[in-house]
Amino acid sequence: MTDPTTAMAGIGTAEYVTAAEHRETGPGRPRSLWSDAWRDLRRRPLFIVAGAVIVLLAVIAIFPSWFTSVDPNHQDLDFSRQKPSGDAWFGYDLQGRDVYARVIYGTRWTLLVGVAASVLTVLVGAFLGILAGYFGGWVDGLASRIGEIFFGLPFVLGAIVILNLVRNAQIRGALPIVFAVVASIAVLSWPVAMRIMRSAAIAAKQQDYVKAARALGASAPRIIFRHLLPNCLAPVLVYGTIALGAFIGVEATLSFLGIGLRDPAVSWGVMISDARNYVRVAPHMLLFPAGFLTVTVLAFVMLGDAVREALDPKLR
Amino acid sequence: MGRYVLRRLLQLVPVFVGTTFIIFVLVWAVPGDPFTGMCGDRPCPPQFVAAMTDKYNLNDNVIVQYLKYMSALLTGDFGTTYSEQSVGELIGLAAPVSLRLAVVAVTIEAVIGVTAGVLTGLRGRGFLDNLVLVSTLFLIAIPTFVTGFVIQIVLGFQLAILNPTVSADATWGELIIPGFVLGSLSMAYVSRLTRTSISENRRADYMRTALAKGLPKSRIVGVHLLRNSAIPVLTFLGTDIGNLMGGAIVTEGIFGIHGVGRLVYDGIIDKQGSIVVGVVVLLVVVFLVVNLLIDLTYAVLDPRIRYD
Amino acid sequence: MEPGALADPLLEVEDLFVEFRTRDGVASVLNGVTYHVNAGETLAVLGESGSGKSVTAQAIMGILDMPPAVITGGEIRYHGENLLAVSDERRNDVRAEGVAIIFQDALSALNPVYTVGFQIEEQLRVRLGMSRREARIRAVELLDLVRIPNAARRVRQYPHEFSGGMRQRAMIAMSLALDPEVLIADEPTTALDVTVQAQIMDLLKEIQVERRMGLILITHDLGVVAEVADRISVMYAGRIVEHADAPSLYRNPGHPYTAALMDSLPRLDQKGSTLNTIRGLPPSLLHIPPGCPFHPRCPMATARCSAEIPANHGLGFGRTSRCHFAEELVSRV
Repeated sequence: MTDPTTAMAGIGTAEYVTAAEHRETGPGRPRSLWSDAWRDLRRRPLFIVAGAVIVLLAVIAIFPSWFTSVDPNHQDLDFSRQKPSGDAWFGYDLQGRDVYARVIYGTRWTLLVGVAASVLTVLVGAFLGILAGYFGGWVDGLASRIGEIFFGLPFVLGAIVILNLVRNAQIRGALPIVFAVVASIAVLSWPVAMRIMRSAAIAAKQQDYVKAARALGASAPRIIFRHLLPNCLAPVLVYGTIALGAFIGVEATLSFLGIGLRDPAVSWGVMISDARNYVRVAPHMLLFPAGFLTVTVLAFVMLGDAVREALDPKLR
Repeated sequence: MGRYVLRRLLQLVPVFVGTTFIIFVLVWAVPGDPFTGMCGDRPCPPQFVAAMTDKYNLNDNVIVQYLKYMSALLTGDFGTTYSEQSVGELIGLAAPVSLRLAVVAVTIEAVIGVTAGVLTGLRGRGFLDNLVLVSTLFLIAIPTFVTGFVIQIVLGFQLAILNPTVSADATWGELIIPGFVLGSLSMAYVSRLTRTSISENRRADYMRTALAKGLPKSRIVGVHLLRNSAIPVLTFLGTDIGNLMGGAIVTEGIFGIHGVGRLVYDGIIDKQGSIVVGVVVLLVVVFLVVNLLIDLTYAVLDPRIRYD
Repeated sequence: MEPGALADPLLEVEDLFVEFRTRDGVASVLNGVTYHVNAGETLAVLGESGSGKSVTAQAIMGILDMPPAVITGGEIRYHGENLLAVSDERRNDVRAEGVAIIFQDALSALNPVYTVGFQIEEQLRVRLGMSRREARIRAVELLDLVRIPNAARRVRQYPHEFSGGMRQRAMIAMSLALDPEVLIADEPTTALDVTVQAQIMDLLKEIQVERRMGLILITHDLGVVAEVADRISVMYAGRIVEHADAPSLYRNPGHPYTAALMDSLPRLDQKGSTLNTIRGLPPSLLHIPPGCPFHPRCPMATARCSAEIPANHGLGFGRTSRCHFAEELVSRV
């Protein structure tokens, strides 16, 4: 099956302003896609805002005690379901725990799952994708078939089955639970990363500089790491950033269904799940974590969007 | 073309086997007693255990179990639940509901998404463009269950405009709101995809030619631009039907829809393995068939693609 | 009108100024372009990439992207009527019926998802009101005209099913559908093999003579021009630096740039010697050199050249040249 050609760009003004030779960039500094992209990104308000939010969240995740001195696990049933007030900005939950403190401490788990899942997905997917794209043949066939097997499985369904298994295995302790959730997300998502990397690798493989490297006798690992990888990173990077946001949302969904994180790894998704039956009487229990969740996912998706636009050579 | 179809069908078989086998293993071949909790707080009577073990081939190894299950499946026998309900019947009741929901969702997302995408793709930067970009960003970012919850609460409970849950009949009208929720993420994606496709193709050389031929604007956009831009969008919409059928668990849960999502979720929690595997088999088949159909449609839409 | 023009040129560009407003600044793409073509003659517009020849063509057709392009001055007259001052409707009427254009890359210029026949017929149906049958018959006739064998079968095929040369013919057929009086050919043979090039040029010439069309041939290829052009306008940095009839230009170029172009042509009797090149690069249109734009690369440049923009010197017999030393150059033979 032939790939359809993408529409060719029409007249660009670059045709009439002859060549980069005439552009002044500063004494002898080479322009690359990445430096161009960074300059572009620095100017975009979307990127700046998203970036600031993410940095803030990272700080909250690493140093929660800077933002609250209350113990998130301290229960006082007298305060159960109390609305937000001067003492407790986000009110109290069912067991009388400070919602604000729980949201702050929950940042860590939420971000951890998102980051770990996307890193794992990208590593596995990109690794297999670049091998499949470069070697082609049976390597590609095998990797693609395996990927297709996972594609056929609806994500949430697969996650439920795997995590239900895990739940029945009675795992205790925060980190193992987190690991289980991260692993199940990655296992179900790596084919997407693989596919992206694979098509980038196939396109890059056909470039003349790769053929030149092979003609000069470069070994396969060298070609893959020195020549292919830098040029295939962009789309995968974009995917990874957006996936991070998506996975945070996924974790919340899984927790909502009761099969994601649970005590003691309390993420925002867990908080939302716990609060869902009390939405009408004590909406603050759900709204604040949901609000943080939305803002976080939004920030990552906006970041990914901005990065994608900055890296797209067609939009220059 | 015929050979291509045959080849693709053959390629589908290992994928089908792979996916169903993995699920089968995950459901049946796990350590632990499959009968816990099935007979209340007491352990089940030995005759029951023996009868069930025999019926579900639990003493055979996994591969044999799988093969026996598959051969039964090919004759249309999905087996029964532990309480003797026909799995085939259960699926038969739930599947049309999920299908209806998926169709509603895809229709809504197509109409709104494509319209928004075309308008913004043609017009370029501006108020409408920013509005669409921002709102789609929100829809993409907010998890479905939050959207669903908010809509259910606001429209269903607080404003009491609509029925917050769907009746067992699940008529087309009732499915509009759940369909909107289900399709909201994809709708955002469709509008962005359409927008990108249109704004890229707008600058294409053949558009310049059409302009140079003195054709009316409506024709240039409606005939030349649309046909080329539609291709990636239509392929996505096609695959989405398959995706949404299997991915509606959350939406079905929130709105009380008795579709396959609900069915399989309950099956997992109640440990009714035959329901889970049965539903997964159905979904995998739907997914693979839909993908094949989309690939074939591609050749119709884009004459540069030929399958030989 | 510049000297030497006939009383009623078919299509006339006068003093056209076009700017491109980009993120990096304003590029002066056209700086006072003037040329014309009469019925039954071929005008070649010769220049390097970036000289502005395609932009002029697109400005004539009214298909420039505006923004970022802005027409800041000048007129484009068809039968005396200024196309830049008429209504959009009238402008559109002139397209394809009065002035038609063919492009360099037929593969991307034709819509890939519709048959060649469809793309020819739609003009006939939409603008002339022909029925499907009539349009189909006429489309086949047109394909025959451009010597595509098996026209009746070809009319139902898609652009990617044609070879490069045949696709170009199909595009020519498409451009002739509404019987235009002027045909602009923007680098029609650049993407083709030499043998096919010759065939296409012959075809264009034949059609032009038969229909008494005005043909504007845009190219950078001196070899192609020699065969078919009656008159030649040489462009550099968005302006016409020399007008002449073809024989005179080749025998006796009146501008250093033209002379340098001629010089740089490889010649069979020069085997073993280095090729002549024009040193330097064409200027960035964001920063056009002051005075004569060619002066940084000109072997004859003096201090005057960087200070004073050369006027358009008349050299007799309709020849002009924008060089301070035009007369000297011409009398140098």
